[in-house]
Amino acid sequence: MPVSYHCLILSSERREANMAQAPTDPSSAETADPEESSPNMIVYRKIEDIVTRMQDDKTGGVPIRTVKSFLSKIPSVVTGSDIVQWLMKNLSIEDAGEAIHLGSLIAAQGYVFPISDHVLTLKDDGTFYRFQAPYFWPSNCWEPENTDYAIYLCKRTMQNKARLELADYEAENLARLQRAFARKWEFIFMQAEAQVKIDRKKDKTERKILDSQERAFWDVHRPVPGCVNTTEMDIRKCRRMKNPQKVKKSVYGVTEESQPQSPVHLPSQPVRKTTKEDFRKQITFLNMQIERHCLKMSKVAESLIAYTEQYVEYDPFITPAEPSNPWISDDAALWDIEMSKEPSQQRVKRWGFSMDEVLKDPVGRDQFLRFLESEFSSENLRFWLAVQDLKKQPLQDVTTRVEEIWQEFLAPGAQSAINLDSHSYEKTSQNVKDPGRYTYEDAQEHIYKLMKSDSYARFLRSNAYQDLLLAKKKGKSLASKRLTGLMQSS
Amino acid sequence: MALCQKLASDLWTNREECFDGGLSNRQLFAVHQVAERVEALGQFVMKTRRTLKGHGNKVLCMDWCKDKRRIVSSSQDGKVIVWDSFTTNKEHAVTMPCTWVMACAYAPSGCAIACGGLDNKCSVYPLTFEKNENMAAKKKSVAMHTNYLSACSFTNSDMQILTASGDGTCALWDVESGQLLQSFHGHGADVLCLDLAPSETGNTFVSGGCDKKAMVWDMRSGQCVQSFETHDSDINSVRYYPSGDAFASGSDDATCRLYDLRADREVAIYSKESIIFGASSVDFSLSGRLLFAGYNDYTINVWDVLKGARVSILFGHENRVSTLRVSPDGTAFCSGSWDHTLRIWA
Repeated sequence: MPVSYHCLILSSERREANMAQAPTDPSSAETADPEESSPNMIVYRKIEDIVTRMQDDKTGGVPIRTVKSFLSKIPSVVTGSDIVQWLMKNLSIEDAGEAIHLGSLIAAQGYVFPISDHVLTLKDDGTFYRFQAPYFWPSNCWEPENTDYAIYLCKRTMQNKARLELADYEAENLARLQRAFARKWEFIFMQAEAQVKIDRKKDKTERKILDSQERAFWDVHRPVPGCVNTTEMDIRKCRRMKNPQKVKKSVYGVTEESQPQSPVHLPSQPVRKTTKEDFRKQITFLNMQIERHCLKMSKVAESLIAYTEQYVEYDPFITPAEPSNPWISDDAALWDIEMSKEPSQQRVKRWGFSMDEVLKDPVGRDQFLRFLESEFSSENLRFWLAVQDLKKQPLQDVTTRVEEIWQEFLAPGAQSAINLDSHSYEKTSQNVKDPGRYTYEDAQEHIYKLMKSDSYARFLRSNAYQDLLLAKKKGKSLASKRLTGLMQSS
Repeated sequence: MALCQKLASDLWTNREECFDGGLSNRQLFAVHQVAERVEALGQFVMKTRRTLKGHGNKVLCMDWCKDKRRIVSSSQDGKVIVWDSFTTNKEHAVTMPCTWVMACAYAPSGCAIACGGLDNKCSVYPLTFEKNENMAAKKKSVAMHTNYLSACSFTNSDMQILTASGDGTCALWDVESGQLLQSFHGHGADVLCLDLAPSETGNTFVSGGCDKKAMVWDMRSGQCVQSFETHDSDINSVRYYPSGDAFASGSDDATCRLYDLRADREVAIYSKESIIFGASSVDFSLSGRLLFAGYNDYTINVWDVLKGARVSILFGHENRVSTLRVSPDGTAFCSGSWDHTLRIWA
């Protein structure tokens, strides 16, 4: 299915949904659990959908088997390549590298894990992986305390199994925790013993699976040094995550003496009631939207296409820069050329796209100004530039500048009198009485339109511009010769 | 009040019908359909050309200097560094008194930088080239919000700064006096990003927030002039299309979208079944044909804006990509990541 068609369907569905909903209403209570819509949860739910589908043998899930090895059996595993194949087939991924990357992220988040490694990545080979138990899923918002981690490491040392031996970094962590929790180590030890007792009661195979899942849980929350800690959060999104109503739960169901037994009750945020004023504002806004003249989609698309087609030759990612892209060639020649006062033909051509292009480029602006000065009609452009400059001034200098501009361009008998229609002139004279950065906004807009239809058009037709465009100069300059030479040789 | 609600609802329906422009079967166009005739792009070979190492923690934000090679970057550990990314030399460094410096910007003159974050402020630091430069000493506190600073940008001059904050507002400030020139209220939650319209005469900017809305503002009046709400989650990044007629957004719903101001609606969506992590940062190539988007899955996806297809996926970062900007002349783009590094791609 072509991507664009898929996108269309999505868009129209959403539109239907939007229409069915009430308009944006600040007071409408969020019926959904706010935590469900938090950014992290959105990703978790998507991953959960993927791993659930992966484990569903009725609908083409991955082959999960028990594998025989020397003296024992390895229960409930799937190979890395099976996972990669499944991802490529079911998520329309064309490149194995991409599937491996996505699979590694799913592992790093804690939803699937290698049974013989603390490092959570996916390999496209016969390495065995197991799926994490929903109890340990990150979407349960575990924030396991160090006491839990201490209990876990402690219990690992109690069981005499090769597969449960502590890795170096875990041994270091345990030592550090023993120092930190020196006073309550007896409590931790007892909890660990209790856990071992519970575990012993379980079926051997079940224990193997659970042990590995528990280890994978800690690989997420206490990752191997050097590995990404995927539980780290963007602090801007944290406020929604913390639900004060939830008790901090222990992975091992341990309640510490210091923890309160009942949920902490915090006064809920007062919800701001929507006032009549809000509705009025909304209606005004919607009215404005309706009144707005909107372009048809097809026109908009044509306009966007036309713009990119015009500028594609200037886009270094699509049309390689001449003489070279400095980042690729390590040669800053391109920038040196641009700094010089001699503009390239390509640069000059761009000034013809729109008046904004001339105004944006300091060299173009300069050429434009010089041309107008040669015709003794530069006051409009100088006024426009002066107003631009006014808007860049610090607040304290604004009043002075407003006055200066008035004197030079607008006052009766002004040296560089600009031609404003009487309406704009009236408005501006009123504005000047209360000087601010936007005093000349209307006047500037008027002058801009005037320049566009008059001065700019003349500039483009002028000899000065045409000569630059065709790289003609009296006594052909060395610079353009050099440029042409460079272009030919690259 | 109920009457108002009904009226608003009627206007809403009315507006939706308006857009159909008389098409009987309510067919929705996307840019991709019209762009079918446009030539497809060739293969792209984009590589990391420079790696900037020096931050001690997650890189959160970066901005380019107008000279096309210098950049400023800020990180979770409070450090703000100015680099000549062409040579990879660090030229200036300052440590902020707060952690999580989520916003930084280069002044148009190249003579100052602005930054802020958990301190709820935006401060401006002049850059000097004195031997024993003490940047912190010349610090000027400009903006004051009541929650974290999420984004900042100088306007066309060193004298004004536009800020966005977790307090749900944006604001325009006079740098010299620290005075608030205009405030922008309307978002229903944290504002996470903003971008100034590229026009020479422009007085508008767009902002995106945790309320899933992108809003376009008139800087002069403080009013919201257009609003878009089609994302399913937080909008982390907004960036204008180079012509200024449209803008793109990147969201935690794992999609990027293109909104056109003249059509007043979403006109394209960039997504894939295999992309499930949020997009943190977006920017256009110079012609607007390519959209570069950094994601929380450590990758950068390059989208064909007109055709809607992904043209390239870039691996390299070892943790989330948190910030991404194309250089002023479009010859490269820079990405910053939680893996403590910045990369220049071309």
